Amino acid sequence: MIRNDAPELLEVRSLAARIGERNILKGINLRVRAGEVHAIMGPNGSGKSTFAKVLAGHPSYEVIGGEVLFKGRNLLELAPEERARAGVFLGFQYPIEVPGVSNASFLRLTYNTVQGARGKDELDPLEFDDFVREKMKLLEMDPAFLERSLNAGFSGGEKKRNEILQMALLEPKLAILDETDSGLDIDALRVVANGVNKLHTADNGIVLVTHYQRLLNYIEPDYVHVMEGGRIIKTGDKSLALELESRGYEWVAREAA
Amino acid sequence: MSSIASNDYLDGLLQGREVLPEPPNAWLRGLRMRAVERANELTVPTTRDEEWRFTDLSPVYKLPFRRAESAGSLEAARLDPYSIPEARTSLVFVDGHYCAELSRTGTVAGVTVGNLAGLIANAGSVAETRLGRLSSFADDAFAAVNTAFLDDGALIHVSRDVKASAPIHLLFIATQQERAAYPRVLVVAESGAECTVIEDFVGLADGPYLTDAVSEVFVAENALVNHVRLQRETQAAFHIANAAVKVARDGRYASWTVSLGARISRQNLNIAQDGEGTQFSVDGLTLIDGRQLADTHSSIDHAQAHGHSRQLHKTVVAGGAHAVFNGKILVREGAQQTDSGQQSRNLLLSDKARVDAKPQLEIFADDVKCAHGATVGQIEADELFYLKSRGLDDSVARNLLTYAFAAEVIERIPVKSVVDALERHVLEQTQLEHTQSRQA
Repeated sequence: MIRNDAPELLEVRSLAARIGERNILKGINLRVRAGEVHAIMGPNGSGKSTFAKVLAGHPSYEVIGGEVLFKGRNLLELAPEERARAGVFLGFQYPIEVPGVSNASFLRLTYNTVQGARGKDELDPLEFDDFVREKMKLLEMDPAFLERSLNAGFSGGEKKRNEILQMALLEPKLAILDETDSGLDIDALRVVANGVNKLHTADNGIVLVTHYQRLLNYIEPDYVHVMEGGRIIKTGDKSLALELESRGYEWVAREAA
Repeated sequence: MSSIASNDYLDGLLQGREVLPEPPNAWLRGLRMRAVERANELTVPTTRDEEWRFTDLSPVYKLPFRRAESAGSLEAARLDPYSIPEARTSLVFVDGHYCAELSRTGTVAGVTVGNLAGLIANAGSVAETRLGRLSSFADDAFAAVNTAFLDDGALIHVSRDVKASAPIHLLFIATQQERAAYPRVLVVAESGAECTVIEDFVGLADGPYLTDAVSEVFVAENALVNHVRLQRETQAAFHIANAAVKVARDGRYASWTVSLGARISRQNLNIAQDGEGTQFSVDGLTLIDGRQLADTHSSIDHAQAHGHSRQLHKTVVAGGAHAVFNGKILVREGAQQTDSGQQSRNLLLSDKARVDAKPQLEIFADDVKCAHGATVGQIEADELFYLKSRGLDDSVARNLLTYAFAAEVIERIPVKSVVDALERHVLEQTQLEHTQSRQA
């Protein structure tokens, strides 16, 4: 929802970043206020996933220009773990598998770490078990997932549900979901999208990075941005996504040129 | 080291044989004598030997280890940390000597477990026809010395079609410094039999000591042996172990070779296929730190058709430690339809840590599937980033990933208390436990 008086969560100004010698982000501007849902779309290689990773602090990318303010703070000077504790969440396109570490103990470790950093109460294993089971209902997840190793052998859809479960636990102010819809069948997509919608409030902002319009049938964006060549070249409302779906990306690039 | 000096060293090890009890029968006397003769002809390995290139035993050769003449005294409570509750039978050898009062022997029909000396009267034929038949001391000085001292050991015999459901625990404890122990294990699983054997080496001695162990495992047709070898000696210890395995038609052999302790350790595992359709699962885990050196050499000999083998060897090397892995897979002519896979994965936790990993495939058949891969690396930046993006500190994230790396092997061990004990060990090593207990 767009509210003109909503506090600003994220302000990105002329952000430029590279990996090795290759410049990928070439001047991104974006402003996200509380309550808003932004979709970032674009063809493969346009830099949208890089943008998501840079916001979360991936060490492989070097920021070479511009600035990023998160609730007025310089986000770029924070380590990834500090960003997470401050309220930035990145839902991964490819969550990693950690055999031998149960999902339950990982989830509790991360929950308690973030709670502690925010000066809030930590939960013991029994309390946490009740708490996490409630959250799992949001995502129609079988509690058996708690006993399995973190993401190990999970299907694509199961991994994405587990990502959103972590979002539910960590209660971010800004959630960046990188290709959360990729590899999901329609049923799984609906479940994951419903979960995100339930977690969305007037106090938090969501940035959806996606290649496909279909996710936006379930999570309605306030803004749709098109990325190309490391820049946002067009911004519109949700009707832009539908237009992209029917006409492809090329016309936007031509128009912007 | 000159061969004269090296012979002197073997002579020194062999001294003390005079006080060995006289063997109860002629065949054992003959076996020992052949081993002594062979040991007199052999020299100790040096880094000039291809098989020992990376493993310098000269610190061992500086110390004249004498065989411990008797078991050091030990309170039963000191064994508690090593207890494996699932095991109905636990044989305890202290400084190489069987200790009945510390052991636990249950009786299961069709399963004979006990110390060799005690069983030789009624299970003598099993011992006579098998001992020394697999572990060749022809060109291994340490196997020869072990055999020269062959006096007692553990014997496990599982009769035809009998399933020994509870694991069998063999605990070898060193309590005396500057002493040598020569553990010996013989496992015979008859046709269709099943058993799980845990060889467990621990140390309570203050200074350096030497363990020179030999194990022989016979897996008959359709039989299954799970074989866990836990090397958790003290940081001052020297540990050299030879295990030799022969698997008959459709037999299955699964092993886990775990190296945690010792200043220098060398674990050899030779598995030979003696019939078609065998299945081998060969896992290894080395977790070392400081100045430790741990060398694992395995050899899988696919001598007949339709053999299947899977090997996963992992090392976690911290500090200035050095891990060595040499995994030989031989597919002989005629061993068609062999399906063999080997993975060597190595994690270096410091700049000074070192690993030498060498897969060695020799394939003489043309219709086979053989895959192998070796990786040496540090913790992946993407994996670390994932955990840190969930708020975890860098050190916690690293420890978690190190733990997970080791856990992949540990979790396959079919004895829960061993899995738990090893996971605790890794947690302590990675200091994750501290974090978790704080969170609890």
